[in-house]
Amino acid sequence: MADRHPLFIPLILVGGLIFGFGLGFSHMARPEVVLNFLQFEDFGLLFVMFGGSALVGVVYFLAPRLFGRAPLTGDTFERRLKSFDRNVLIGGAIFGVGWGLSGICPGAAYASLGTGNITILWALAGMFLGAYFQGYWRS
Amino acid sequence: MVTDPVALQLAADLFPNGISRYAVGGLLVGLGAAVIYLGTGISAGASTFLESTLSYVSDKSRFQRYVSSRDWRLVFTAGIILGAAVFAATFQSGVVTSSLYQPGTTGQLYEVGGVTLWTTDVQPWRLLVGGIFVGIGTRIGKGCTSGHGVCGVGSASKTSIAGVLTFLAVAIVTAQLVAALGVSP
Repeated sequence: MADRHPLFIPLILVGGLIFGFGLGFSHMARPEVVLNFLQFEDFGLLFVMFGGSALVGVVYFLAPRLFGRAPLTGDTFERRLKSFDRNVLIGGAIFGVGWGLSGICPGAAYASLGTGNITILWALAGMFLGAYFQGYWRS
Repeated sequence: MVTDPVALQLAADLFPNGISRYAVGGLLVGLGAAVIYLGTGISAGASTFLESTLSYVSDKSRFQRYVSSRDWRLVFTAGIILGAAVFAATFQSGVVTSSLYQPGTTGQLYEVGGVTLWTTDVQPWRLLVGGIFVGIGTRIGKGCTSGHGVCGVGSASKTSIAGVLTFLAVAIVTAQLVAALGVSP
């Protein structure tokens, strides 16, 4: 941590700012809009996920070809590949129940707080509780 | 331009709020993740923050494995909150307008010090109980909407695509069941 590049933390902050602004602008930080999507009343949210992943896809494809290593860490550019096992499906299903009930996911919950949504603290408290339960259980 | 009346009606039914705010917002979400990736090589996900932050208060091994990243994950989350606050102070407050941004009619708007803030009408019990499931599921399932949905799908990861299809399908069934039971909002 001490040997980190001085721009590491500022860059993370800038990335987070753009990310959070986008979640606000897209209205994905509003549980009502997510629930309208899941109830097939407004399919616009598809453009948030696919717009985001399409841009990331291009960058993830080009970065290792154009640049050797990440300038602030010296790490190689790797795709985000996680191993597949039963947990991906079990965890995904549990997450789906929660997302369908509440209309909010972790990143959107942080952004929602930024738009003034004090009520979303209920969801954030729930997420920390849930993360704690599974961590306690799996440690 | 689409001028066929049937096609226009279909678009209005599927996208009652248009698509521009969703597409622009999604591209910005992707841009935020791309900026971090280009500088650091890190695929930023939002849900790991839950466990990495718990490492400050619990010595369970499951949380302690995230000690090395917990400080920048706090910064990432603070950035997300601040970025959304900038959105609130500009577009949400009507200080900045654009044909690409369509304001919504959901939830409640209120003013604090000249800034228009927003709060949800969704009932607290749904947020709390749903949040508990989100906290358990994202951590067991190795990712959430940003880690699997944006970075994983962008990596063409089969694991992430399977994860997204699973949580999307289950969320659709759950939301429709809850609505059918008359729970609203």
